[in-house]
Amino acid sequence: MSDRNRDRAFARTEEKSLDRRSLLISAGLTTMAGISAAASGKSAGWVERLLSRRFVELSEQRKTQILTELEEKYSEKFGREFTVVDTPPMDGVEFAYGLDLSRCVGCRRCVYACVHENNQSRDPQIHWIRVLEMKKDHGIDFAESNIYYDHDEVPEPGSFYLPVACQQCRNPACVKVCPVKATWQEPDGIVVIDSDWCIGCRCCMSACPYGARHFNWSEPTIASEEINPDTHYFGNRPRPKGVVEKCSFCIQRTRKGRYPACVEICPVGARKFGNLLDEEGEMRYLMREKRVFVLKEELNTRPRFYYFYAT
Amino acid sequence: MEKQKGPDPVDPDPVKLLPKSSSLAVLLIVFVTISMLVLFSIVRGGVGHVLDGDGGKQAFGPADVSGVEFDHELLPGIEEATAGPDAGVFLVPPPPWSESGYFPCTECHADMELNPERRVLEEMHDDIVLNHGPSDRWCLDCHNPDDRDVLRLVNGKLISFDESYLLCGQCHGTIFRDWRQGIHGRRQGYWNGGKSYLLCAHCHNPHAPAFHAIKPLPPPVRPQFLAQTPQKVVKEAPHE
Repeated sequence: MSDRNRDRAFARTEEKSLDRRSLLISAGLTTMAGISAAASGKSAGWVERLLSRRFVELSEQRKTQILTELEEKYSEKFGREFTVVDTPPMDGVEFAYGLDLSRCVGCRRCVYACVHENNQSRDPQIHWIRVLEMKKDHGIDFAESNIYYDHDEVPEPGSFYLPVACQQCRNPACVKVCPVKATWQEPDGIVVIDSDWCIGCRCCMSACPYGARHFNWSEPTIASEEINPDTHYFGNRPRPKGVVEKCSFCIQRTRKGRYPACVEICPVGARKFGNLLDEEGEMRYLMREKRVFVLKEELNTRPRFYYFYAT
Repeated sequence: MEKQKGPDPVDPDPVKLLPKSSSLAVLLIVFVTISMLVLFSIVRGGVGHVLDGDGGKQAFGPADVSGVEFDHELLPGIEEATAGPDAGVFLVPPPPWSESGYFPCTECHADMELNPERRVLEEMHDDIVLNHGPSDRWCLDCHNPDDRDVLRLVNGKLISFDESYLLCGQCHGTIFRDWRQGIHGRRQGYWNGGKSYLLCAHCHNPHAPAFHAIKPLPPPVRPQFLAQTPQKVVKEAPHE
């Protein structure tokens, strides 16, 4: 047996034994938790929370229980009635997004509509959408772009604008690097984050080539009259300190059929959204008829976010 | 081992390693380098690096901007157009100026004498400055001379103001096609169901259709100002 084979065999046995060990530990702990839960008469506490599995692996009953608990928690915290849902993806739907660069004027209405809809922290400020101002002479040049432009009126002559948020890649680098599987791609193409499972290591932030992920460095603050109480577990529910967040294609809206908030607010109608599998839909039309490109194509991230020129 | 037990090598006089003038020069170089580094970090890295006119020194939220309706209502009937017998119907809000007192046009124009001359409008409609294509275009190329409540296509067909897109589409065919497919213009509602369209005239003034520049909402706060919470100034955004 060569050295390499021996190493492999060793790795296999070690993996196996680790598996068995972790299984035994988790079984033991779960039993303990069950006993303590039964003893205290409470169904869910921090012990169960600590030992629970990833949200997607739980039973429907346990999921509903968690959602109800979250609703109670948020309602108490913000003094308003909250709904937290986990609407599943629709069959035969793959979302895609189109953004018409020949129309965008860089007015940042989308940025603030997104903050308003998705409960981003007001202080410290988090923006999921960044609008990059670039010179028409230079084309798309990230190094020379400016997100802090503050003109009296836009568009500034000689400039164009490129809004960037999560590109919802088909081959997402952020998902690959997550050490705890707190972020993954759903069947409808949305890359979601379970902020209860995120450990805040920020590996995904350094892996993302679009700067689309943002970190809650301190406890997010949102006034209770500004909060959007209509939330999704993987989307706009209030996040705690120390987790990563990003655009979810407004999962709480789009899984119910609504357009994302940024699409509806755009005063020039530059933002398009739809089902990529619908032959007659607007996304397929624009991919057939228009000049379409994705950002940083050479990285093979294969975004679902298409920029195009309608003229 | 044995070598180490041998007599210690004679320590050379440290002063003789460097002549006096060169040690001073080395000290000077080190001092200058450190002071330059400190100077650069103050000039470039600090808060002062941001120029006075640059944005991003304050954090603004949606509550700080006025004139933008973040909680807009959908047009009535959109929910019904998503499912049931009316599914797939596109809803369009009433055309602009329909409730401004101008319409119906025939209230004034029915008794007026027809004046097809190109002129500066003074008594009425003095807000209209025609800046749309060929310089010899004038009112009656689109407005119907016999009944001002309708528009007229080049083939003579009369259409209501609700269908003004047909008139625009006579020349702007590619954009008309994009608009029908949902690529040009703003949509609200359901991506898989009922949605509202806007008429061309809702966004483009038909008499001067170029899109006007608008005031952008405030920029994001720069990282070096993130921790500060200065006095907030409410930014005015113009009404769209």
